[in-house]
Amino acid sequence: MTATTERSAPRRGAVTALYAGNARAVVGRGLVATRSSNWVVVISGFVEPIFYLLSLGIGLGAYIGTVTDAGGHEIPYAAYIAPALLAVSAMNGAIYDSTWNVFFKMNFGKLYQGMLATSLGPLDVALGEILLALFRGAVYGVGFQIVMQLLGLNLSWTALLAVPAVVLIAFGFAAIGMGITSYFRTFQQMEWIFIVMLPMFLLSATFFPITVYPEPVQWAVMALPLWHGVELVRGLTTGVIEPVMLVHVLYYLAMVVAGLFFTTRRLRALFLD
Amino acid sequence: MSSVTDEAMRAGQAPRRFGALYVAEHHVRIWRSYLGVNVVSAIGTPLLYLLAFGIGLGVLVGAGTGPGGVDGVDYFVFVAPALIATAAVTIASDEFTYPVMMGFKWNPIYLGMHAAPISPRQVAGGIVLFVSLRAFATCLVYFLVVAAFGAIPLATGVLTVPIATLTALAFGAPLLAYSAAQREDKGQFAVVQRVLVLPLTLFSGTLFPLEQLPVVLQPLGWLSPLWHGSELGRVVAYGADRPAWLVLVHLLTLVVFALVGWLIAVRIVTRRLES
Amino acid sequence: MTIISATGLVKRYGEVAAVDGVSFEVAPGESFGLLGPNGAGKSTTMRMIGAVSTRTSGELRVLGLDPDQHGPEIRSRLGVVPQQDNLDTELRVRENLITYGRYFGLPRRLVASRADELLEFAQLADRASAKVDELSGGMKRRLTIARALINDPRMLLLDEPTTGLDPQARHILWDRLFRLKEQGTTLLLTTHYMDEAEQLCDRLVVVDHGRIMAEGTPASLIREYSTREVLEVRFGSEHNAVAAGRLAGIGDRLEVLPDRVLVYASDGEAALVEVTARGLQPLTSLVRRSSLEDVFLRLTGRSLIE
Ligand SMILES: Nc1ncnc2c1ncn2[C@@H]1O[C@H](COP(=O)(O)OP(=O)(O)OP(=O)(O)O)[C@@H](O)[C@H]1O
Ligand SMILES: [Mg+2]
Repeated sequence: MTATTERSAPRRGAVTALYAGNARAVVGRGLVATRSSNWVVVISGFVEPIFYLLSLGIGLGAYIGTVTDAGGHEIPYAAYIAPALLAVSAMNGAIYDSTWNVFFKMNFGKLYQGMLATSLGPLDVALGEILLALFRGAVYGVGFQIVMQLLGLNLSWTALLAVPAVVLIAFGFAAIGMGITSYFRTFQQMEWIFIVMLPMFLLSATFFPITVYPEPVQWAVMALPLWHGVELVRGLTTGVIEPVMLVHVLYYLAMVVAGLFFTTRRLRALFLD
Repeated sequence: MSSVTDEAMRAGQAPRRFGALYVAEHHVRIWRSYLGVNVVSAIGTPLLYLLAFGIGLGVLVGAGTGPGGVDGVDYFVFVAPALIATAAVTIASDEFTYPVMMGFKWNPIYLGMHAAPISPRQVAGGIVLFVSLRAFATCLVYFLVVAAFGAIPLATGVLTVPIATLTALAFGAPLLAYSAAQREDKGQFAVVQRVLVLPLTLFSGTLFPLEQLPVVLQPLGWLSPLWHGSELGRVVAYGADRPAWLVLVHLLTLVVFALVGWLIAVRIVTRRLES
Repeated sequence: MTIISATGLVKRYGEVAAVDGVSFEVAPGESFGLLGPNGAGKSTTMRMIGAVSTRTSGELRVLGLDPDQHGPEIRSRLGVVPQQDNLDTELRVRENLITYGRYFGLPRRLVASRADELLEFAQLADRASAKVDELSGGMKRRLTIARALINDPRMLLLDEPTTGLDPQARHILWDRLFRLKEQGTTLLLTTHYMDEAEQLCDRLVVVDHGRIMAEGTPASLIREYSTREVLEVRFGSEHNAVAAGRLAGIGDRLEVLPDRVLVYASDGEAALVEVTARGLQPLTSLVRRSSLEDVFLRLTGRSLIE
């Protein structure tokens, strides 16, 4: 695909031309391919957030001791950052799967080309890729949850709900990521995604409460999607359930809807020319 | 000898002497297309880290440690030299992995360079030169940004930049050797990134003194060039109180890592290009 | 009754008109060829018919449907062999067939049994669990064709099916395609090999610069645009043009190429006699039947294979 496809202004087809209702075939293909993929790579994905947890939770935790959570309880620093790391890894995985991975397969691999020659439509491919990203997110999420449980960082039974929450977070980011990818043409442009993700990673109440900042900064952080994800998961693993969590969930539902809307609108540009 | 031979001998002189420069130049040309992104991130990242660690985390740490701070200084002064070294290591682990394999395999520019009169050693040298340049430039920007916010009390702190660049090489030269030996992409770079680079970065006394870790985990830090680089940086940046022998150990470790890595890398690149 | 009908079909990429007003029809069971040099717009036309590329303007009906509106329906009845193999390299040979069948929403059991049949058909049964990258070029091509047949398509789109294969592999492929044709599958193929077009196509169009230059059966095109025989004479690179000046009047028409001169005549041997009678001594000479290559040269002034 090249920039010139833009100008040719393809005529619009109905969504039915984009969707054959068979996204599960794309998911099936992904699972078969995973089966023969390098298991060391798959497993190494688990250890990444665990290293962060051990390093920061133990090393930094020794200095920091405890942090006051939203419910006013003092909780160990490791229990404070663990849910944040869970949300962050869901974000990273989903963004990687829906941006780099899709961009690469689209522009360099010929996988989608083969899929789209069948009765599959581009929406099947996009949904299939998103579902796969969610599946991976869920698997990694469960793994991390088990580690949290072993380290005693799940402070309430509601931690069980953190896994569906992680899937929701992954869904939101994957949908948005794919929508954004449809506007990108070069690898250099893709780099900007990471420039945006870094501040989100560092500032979204991941490592410290946002109350350390002046109020305007706090509001800015609260506008970011990751903050909602972190707060949602933290509330569940620490057992501080509040009505505001509904806002977090709604935020992600909105991301899903907006992401899918843009993705569908841009699907022709993304997959067909 | 015939004049054609003479001509070839003359034409070969420049590449023989400056081959590594030509290789580095090629990389700089490619780098230019990423320059916009790199400049933004070189300036923005240290600002962000200061905002996050200096202010945000600093408040928590400060509440925990009391007025003494960490290692006798404010938390963000403690972290700043490590941030600079970490930036260099990140660049090394980016540039010495995937792009190296790319140059040997998918877009085999190194093979092409070698077909031109450039020796394998110069190919390796050019890569190293380019990464040093990029690491140095980025660290300089980092240094200026954090110094502007008062995170580097001493004038000798400017030495954090060459120290960080050396750290990048100590980390990167062995990585270059590894990457040049890889013939197929089976996701091993992701694995190396996650199970080697990441722990060496996280357990290396950057965000907190290494002694905070359980004794079993501390050797990870000793093995990590990043720990040695960060500690050296702290000595020059705020006069951290370290015994002279330890400073020497830090410096020697970095040099040995870089040199041994370089020697192995040259051997592997030569084998790769000449077999 | 047509299976494809295109009228004034246009595809632009920015300023470039890859396909520039093409019209043709294909009947069910017919074998139809697009013949043309590099960049003629063959693949682009195929991709529009395959409903993976939207047209800029013009009318197109495939199986009676508009590809822009009914992509999935059309593609479910097509088999596509793209110019470059796009097999799934993360999957093994048999898995490639099965997974591809699943893309059509076919039941797993049906797909599995069809996959085994097709592996036989493509002579790949003993390679069922090999990795795709371990196959030779010809095997990959056969696998791609087998894959295109997994949904038992009404029509097969073949974009340069045998480019890059050795003669033996090409003959095996032609044989397979011929069997499909006998079974009533419509074939639409592009090629720049004359012999391939002559072997496989009932009817073809010659395209260049996105336009149709001529249309007909291979025989009728040769009859219309060429003579029965061709005399090829070589005088050495420097001398061809000069010699050609002295050949004027022999045969119906002359074509001067950098490396040889072509004399179009109904009787090639007689033309050669006349050439020597004029005192010219060609380094080599050859009399052959006219082929589509000559038709192409006549129509475009260019050789087909550059
Ligand atoms: N995606 C695209 N973007 C821009 N231009 C394109 C694109 N695809 C094809 N073209 C242009 O359209 C023209 C026709 O290309 P096409 O691939 O259809 O030719 P072809 O007849 O299949 O040639 P070949 O025999 O080399 O395969 C060429 O000039 C090509 O550069
Ligand atoms: Mg083509």
